[in-house]
Amino acid sequence: MKYRSVFDVIGPIMVGPSSSHTAGAAKIGRLARSIFGKQPDKVVLSLYGSFAGTYKGHATDVALIAGLLGYETDDPRLPQSAQYAKEAGMEVVLRTEEAIPEHPNTVRISMQVGAEVMEVVGISVGGGNVELCELNGFQLGLSGECPAILIINHDRYGIIARVTQILSEQHVNIGNMKVSRKEKGKMALMVIETDEMISGSIIDRIRQLEGVDRVLSMED
Amino acid sequence: MFSNVAELIALTEEHSCSIAEIMIRQEMEVSGKSREQIREQMSRNLDVMEKAVERGLNGVKSHSGLTGGDAVKMRQYLAEGNGLSGYPVLDAVSKAVATNEVNAAMGLICATPTAGSSGVIPGVLFALVDRLRPTRDEMIDFLFTSGAFGMVVANNASISGAAGGCQAEVGSATGMAAASIVALAGGTPEQSSTAMAIALKNLLGLVCDPVAGLVEVPCVKRNAMGAAIAMVAADMALAGITSAIPCDEVIEAMYRIGQAMPIALRETAQGGLADTPTGRRLKKEILDSEGSAANLEND
Repeated sequence: MKYRSVFDVIGPIMVGPSSSHTAGAAKIGRLARSIFGKQPDKVVLSLYGSFAGTYKGHATDVALIAGLLGYETDDPRLPQSAQYAKEAGMEVVLRTEEAIPEHPNTVRISMQVGAEVMEVVGISVGGGNVELCELNGFQLGLSGECPAILIINHDRYGIIARVTQILSEQHVNIGNMKVSRKEKGKMALMVIETDEMISGSIIDRIRQLEGVDRVLSMED
Repeated sequence: MFSNVAELIALTEEHSCSIAEIMIRQEMEVSGKSREQIREQMSRNLDVMEKAVERGLNGVKSHSGLTGGDAVKMRQYLAEGNGLSGYPVLDAVSKAVATNEVNAAMGLICATPTAGSSGVIPGVLFALVDRLRPTRDEMIDFLFTSGAFGMVVANNASISGAAGGCQAEVGSATGMAAASIVALAGGTPEQSSTAMAIALKNLLGLVCDPVAGLVEVPCVKRNAMGAAIAMVAADMALAGITSAIPCDEVIEAMYRIGQAMPIALRETAQGGLADTPTGRRLKKEILDSEGSAANLEND
């Protein structure tokens, strides 16, 4: 059964007006910020499909900005997020795209701090549920419902084994794992969703592995 | 776990307890949380609903200007002693409208089961405070009863307008509310099931056709009617009237109707009221006039 909790139907507490176009958008923004690991100085929001067509009335842009500031779906500051972004020194550029996306509610978010840039694609699949489906061109399938680490590494043998070895030694159970690459032998992305939060010391150990370029953790 | 209304009713008989109690026990089992934690979480939902009703009754206006202020008009009308439908029904209408006007104005609400249908359940609940004088715990139980029926609909049909039209949103909310009114008024679980069946039967086929894609027109007024239908359906069940078609079969019919509904009438803002001359004009006016929060840069 899809719905297991009474709070899936009586709840969530949220700023209106739409669970998919407002609450979902805020969740995507928050998830993007969490992967980036810090507040961006500049964000470029590219809206597709229904997001592009109806964002004004649903405050989808406002909700995305709120999420990027780290606000939850019920944060009373959400409607004024553009003002708060300005005060926090976060520059926001909004684009509406004509291209037809695979999912009607799609946004591409580019985040920047100095020379560091990260780009994610998120979709709002209904009822406030979301998924990040792309990170810097790598395929991704992240709901943000459980702790996760994302590892960008050189695409060569043994790296997956060494990472999972560290998790196994620390008794961290992997709930879901996905690897992807853009081109054979170049860079690859490993997404590991776990049952427990992954400690900073484990992340440091993975970071020091040969062939690992970058480790991102989903902080709560 | 109960998977339909018949099983839910059977569980209340087997354990000699209320629908709300079955829902709480199941939630404890599924979430691993204590009874106190679960009641506390529902209590926070109730707080949000109460504040939204209050705020809406004081008057709000949406960003687009399409909705707002109707809850105030209804209060005024009631205060002047008017009202042909009777005080409790119109009180429920005013409070349902209040909640949805707050939602449209980007205020804080509790989705019941969705944001677009968030007015019906708090509308009837707070309208019954004067009449039935429920305790705080009874009000929290009301929401657990609503949740039990809502879960059956969500798992066997749909609570999404994009999937099943407005019958899945305001229809579900109305059925959930009707069942909970019966329980609060002292009716049997079987009568709750009947009330839900009667309420839902009258909203079958309702399409989702929001003007300009906004959760405003006709959503706010559909919540008003949902509240009114919930009250009448509950009264019918309490009067001993039964439903020829059992509740679970009405839910099944709703699912199949949703499947057969054209895409244009499922939250795409392409058909129905959204596609009337006035609907199209409003859309153009709103989209032309409204600015964006960010710097819009079109490629």
